[in-house]
Amino acid sequence: MSLAAALTATDERDLGAAPVETRFAVPDMHCAGCIAKIERLLPGQPGISGARVNFSSRTVVVNHDAALAEPDLIRAFDTIGFAAQALHSAAAGQRNQSLAPLIRALAVAAFASMNVMLLTVSVWSGADGSSRHLFHWISAAIAIPCVAYAGRPFFVSALKAVRAGTTNMDVPISIGVLLATLMSVYETIVDGQHVWFDGALTLLAFLLAGRVLDEMMRGRAASGAEALVRRTATGAMRLAADGTSQWVAADDLAVGDRLMIAAGERLAADGVIAQGRSRFDLSLLTGESAPVTLGEGAMAAAGTLNLDAPVTLRVTAVGEARAIAEIARLMDSASQTKSHYVRLADRLSRLYAPVVHTLAAVSFAGWMIGGAGWHQSILVAIAVLIITCPCALGLAVPVAQVVVSGTMMGKGLLVKDGSALERLAQADTLLLDKTGTLTLGRPVAAGIAAIPVAQRPIALALATASRHPLATALRQALEGAGVAAVPLDNLAETPGVGVSARHEGRQVAMRRPSPAELVGDRGDDRAAVALDLGDGATIIIRFADALRPDAGEALAQLHALGLPARIMSGDRADAVAAVADQLGIDGTGDMQPADKMAVLEGEIAAGRHPLMVGDGLNDGPALAAAHVSMAPASASDVGQQAADIVFLGDSLLGLPRAIRAARATMRVVRENLGLAIIYNIFAVPLAMAGLVTPLIAAVAMSSSSLIVIGNSMRLRWAVK
Amino acid sequence: MNGLLILIPAALLLGLGGLVAFFWTLRAGQYDDPDGAAMRILIDEDELP
Repeated sequence: MSLAAALTATDERDLGAAPVETRFAVPDMHCAGCIAKIERLLPGQPGISGARVNFSSRTVVVNHDAALAEPDLIRAFDTIGFAAQALHSAAAGQRNQSLAPLIRALAVAAFASMNVMLLTVSVWSGADGSSRHLFHWISAAIAIPCVAYAGRPFFVSALKAVRAGTTNMDVPISIGVLLATLMSVYETIVDGQHVWFDGALTLLAFLLAGRVLDEMMRGRAASGAEALVRRTATGAMRLAADGTSQWVAADDLAVGDRLMIAAGERLAADGVIAQGRSRFDLSLLTGESAPVTLGEGAMAAAGTLNLDAPVTLRVTAVGEARAIAEIARLMDSASQTKSHYVRLADRLSRLYAPVVHTLAAVSFAGWMIGGAGWHQSILVAIAVLIITCPCALGLAVPVAQVVVSGTMMGKGLLVKDGSALERLAQADTLLLDKTGTLTLGRPVAAGIAAIPVAQRPIALALATASRHPLATALRQALEGAGVAAVPLDNLAETPGVGVSARHEGRQVAMRRPSPAELVGDRGDDRAAVALDLGDGATIIIRFADALRPDAGEALAQLHALGLPARIMSGDRADAVAAVADQLGIDGTGDMQPADKMAVLEGEIAAGRHPLMVGDGLNDGPALAAAHVSMAPASASDVGQQAADIVFLGDSLLGLPRAIRAARATMRVVRENLGLAIIYNIFAVPLAMAGLVTPLIAAVAMSSSSLIVIGNSMRLRWAVK
Repeated sequence: MNGLLILIPAALLLGLGGLVAFFWTLRAGQYDDPDGAAMRILIDEDELP
């Protein structure tokens, strides 16, 4: 394939693809006006074909050309006046797929239980004789098909467990519901006094409510390893011995090949630079977004982005031998270890099933030995199975988690999985990445005080004219200082040089500083721009990555909560030490992704529960390996997918807030479980003594569930 | 007693109607964005900015 053909092929891959969807969190939507503004103005931006706001979750789904990258889309939001952050989690549709059957079953169970309850109340309030018989028959006609439909989730799961030779919570539930229904049918036929149709259906309705909430809180496993490998190029230009070059797919590259890497191209294989010198974005391995200059003989890993000049690369590793494939393998194995965590509700249900089976069997045996006969003994056993129904138990955990995660979403904390709250409540050590996590990961203008107040409006006007990251940083700093721009004439931007204009007849400019202007402060390698503001003097503004606001305050609060912090960074050791000293915590630099993961595994092996906070591609394995992990919404897609909780905005105060909320949740969950156990202590002996009628069972079941729900609602005020 | 022969089927049919209506709203995605739906009625279609 010729070069032109290869380029066309690339273009087709990128541009010819169908429009793609990306989800963004837009926390500052407040009113109908915001919805209208986003949905009307965003499709007017280049490359964007549609936008759909979901106000309840404060998200926007944008349909756009595949060629448009996330930063472009975020800039489009910025243009219409909204701050957006890209979200990378399982699609909403996928989540609904498993939820919808449960909601349908819940609706059927609720409908049937209400209608049957209506008839049953008439019986309780005195209907007897032929009308009681009629009501029982109508109840049976409603209950039998509805139990068969709504009970299916439990029956299927119970059958699966029994086939595998184990038992779970669904086995006693299924036995209880089926026995109660069959016994009631028998009672209906012989015109008995008590039927349990209402009990069986109410039980199913409450249990399904718990299941629906639980399903809503179940995170879709996404390890992020795939997103990582997607970071590499699909192929490269291979140089033949005769000097011609040819496009070769990544899979067909071999060790020893010489590749031509153009500026702006990602590497498809690991290699050594054979010729040329350029700046590279090494964020994949170090997490640092600042470019690093690499010359001949330097190693570069697949996924690294060549920024400046074309270089020739000699391939040293391809395919699964590449460093990035190794990181992806680490992530996969780490997320598998994490999935061994057993959720509190599941731990309880392991205890629950044997206890209930034993109680029911003992009651049955006791009444049989007492000489009560088959009929009454089975009725008592059913009463025990129904009354010990884990309604309150099944609701105790998910209701609390759903309430708190809804409130946390309002505060900019997206919880991906209910078990993350359980694990977060246990966290006792904090490990932080530096760049992009403790710091903002973008340039912030330092020393704007050097600009005379009278000239600041000119500087702002110049900065507003450019989309260069440094110009944006300068604009934000000046706007933050309350400056308003003045109009400029002859505004012109020259790429690579800067912005120039005329103000009141004098030439003004914001430009790349010349080497001579930077001579004064040698050793200062921070990015800089020069400002000529018409008064003859040149002002140099430096840019550095700044700590997130409230970083110190957040770490102090976390320390008070019993989480001592430590920095783990891929950055240079001296840069890490500077930040660590500023915050008064320990820090280690020069860490590779595997080093970070090893530290976390060491912590876990030592019996601690580390919370990892990181954002970069290089933090992926560590985020997956940690007991629980959080990532800022500015994190890479890999970081967001590997983390359990994503926090929006620049402030780090979301960390202590999330921990307090998680601990409050677990406190309420324990209270709920306590309430459920107390209820059982009173109800089970009554049931075993044969004193529980369907009326008592209905009242007891509903009230215990309502108490648990009411107690969980208190969590609405727990996220402060 | 004869009233029951009409009232019970009527009650059941109304209940069933409610269930069918719920399934329809679920399928139509009316629970996807409850807060947004409340906001959208305030958007004036012809007041384009």
